[in-house]
Amino acid sequence: MTNKINIFKPFSSALFLLFAFLFISNATFAGDSDNKPAAMQSEVSVTAPAEGSDKKEHTEGGFDAGKMIMEHVSDSHSWHLFGHYAIPLPIIVKTDKGIEVFSSSHFGHEGEERYQGSNYNYGLVDGSIVVVDSQLEGVDAAATATLTDFSITKNVAAMLISMLLMLWVFLSVAKAYTKNPGKAPKGLQSFIEPLIIFVRDDVAKPSIGEKKYERFMPFLLTVFFFILFNNYLGLIPFFPGGVNLTGSISIAMVLAGFTLLITFFIANKHYWRHVFAMPGVPIPVLIILTPIEILGLFLRPFVLMIRLFANITAGHIIALAFFSLIFIFGEMNAGLGLGVSLFSLVFTIFMGFLELLVAFLQAYVFTLLSAIYFGSAVDEGHDVHNHVDDHTDSRTTH
Amino acid sequence: MELVKPSIGLIFWMVVSFSIILFLLKKFAWKPILGMIKEREESIENALASAEKAKEEMKALQSNNEKILADARAERDLLLKDARDIREKMISDAKSIASKEGERMLTAARENIQNEKMAAITELKNQVASLSIDIAEKILKSELSSDEKQKSLVTTLLKDVKLN
Repeated sequence: MTNKINIFKPFSSALFLLFAFLFISNATFAGDSDNKPAAMQSEVSVTAPAEGSDKKEHTEGGFDAGKMIMEHVSDSHSWHLFGHYAIPLPIIVKTDKGIEVFSSSHFGHEGEERYQGSNYNYGLVDGSIVVVDSQLEGVDAAATATLTDFSITKNVAAMLISMLLMLWVFLSVAKAYTKNPGKAPKGLQSFIEPLIIFVRDDVAKPSIGEKKYERFMPFLLTVFFFILFNNYLGLIPFFPGGVNLTGSISIAMVLAGFTLLITFFIANKHYWRHVFAMPGVPIPVLIILTPIEILGLFLRPFVLMIRLFANITAGHIIALAFFSLIFIFGEMNAGLGLGVSLFSLVFTIFMGFLELLVAFLQAYVFTLLSAIYFGSAVDEGHDVHNHVDDHTDSRTTH
Repeated sequence: MELVKPSIGLIFWMVVSFSIILFLLKKFAWKPILGMIKEREESIENALASAEKAKEEMKALQSNNEKILADARAERDLLLKDARDIREKMISDAKSIASKEGERMLTAARENIQNEKMAAITELKNQVASLSIDIAEKILKSELSSDEKQKSLVTTLLKDVKLN
């Protein structure tokens, strides 16, 4: 009991710090948007060198909240830090003439410049790389169709950083376990252990069963912590966090795809029989039921993907939208902007707390549903000769 | 919509790096961590079980001790009771023997006294008899000392004897 309290004490102070950062840097982010309204200057104290000159032209352009939010939740080829500073990321493109690697800094800050590669000339249109003709003006549609973008984008970079973080955390935790076996956990170990036990006892064991859960633990734990780490990193609004990685449909798709593939690989005869020919169902009904079941196979991971993507993206959008309100009202009247900022702050803090919960909840839900799918795939079922064993088994194990 | 369009590059990197991290964590993190947690849980469980067992044994031992103690106490009580009984019996035996002996002695004494008394009475009788004989002799002697006296006597006696 006391151990538990000790674990969460540093955690709560960390949460507080996180919040402090959350709203400060959200303000920073909103302020860093390239369309800077004049009112923003009174709100946040970001002083990028070029700001003075920018101020006027952006005031004319007005603040486009939708564009700003979309820029922050979407992937990009450079990692925007603050003001006019961004980390250029490597661009890797594969075309029919081969692979080319160059830095995204060649596209300029706004992506307005062109890069003359050895195979083609490249440009950036709406965040995606296109092949441009030799005059560096028009888009070469035929060549663009052959182009595949394998760039280390902001999301890929954030993913790699989070994975390195995971490796560091879990390898050091594993080291702590092997160093003093059988002892009570200490430090980081005691923070991670309840989560691991949570995944094992509250996710894997009840969904898959006492006997078979062990082989799924590595995947479930990796997925759980990958989503958890990236959800929380996404809530930290500055480098290397603030990236809407788990809210990226591609990432969610790969995670759900892993779940689907594992389900297919480990599924037993019983599972497939239930999919293709549900026992005890007459053939005319099967004609309707089987396509639904087959569709269901793919629908379940699809829903997993959409749920993760939508929840996390929505969280990012809402947090940013509240701050955009400040600038939208600030454009009308500086005083109004100031007044709204108070309201926005309160709501962003509230949303921040909610997002902390959602971040954990989504990791939990994804892992739990994956575990349930695995559980149904390895379930021995309720055949006549299995029936009794199954029930006595469940009674003894739970 | 840019937001819901999966990007091939990101998917590619995600598949590659997720597979790698899954493999690395499985091999170097989850396996030792889960193993150690399980081991520790088992050792804790064993420790608890053995503690429980020890407690149980202690309890059994204690109840055994109590039983032994109770037995000993009962034994002691029994012994004390026996001793008390024996003592009482001895006392009562002694008392009865003593009273019997006393009675016997009393009876004997009484008999003795009786015998002595009888003997004394007999002796007395004999002595009285011999005395009276002596007296009678002396009286006779004096009565029959002269002839007149003899004659008066014979006449007195003859007077008494009436011839029918």
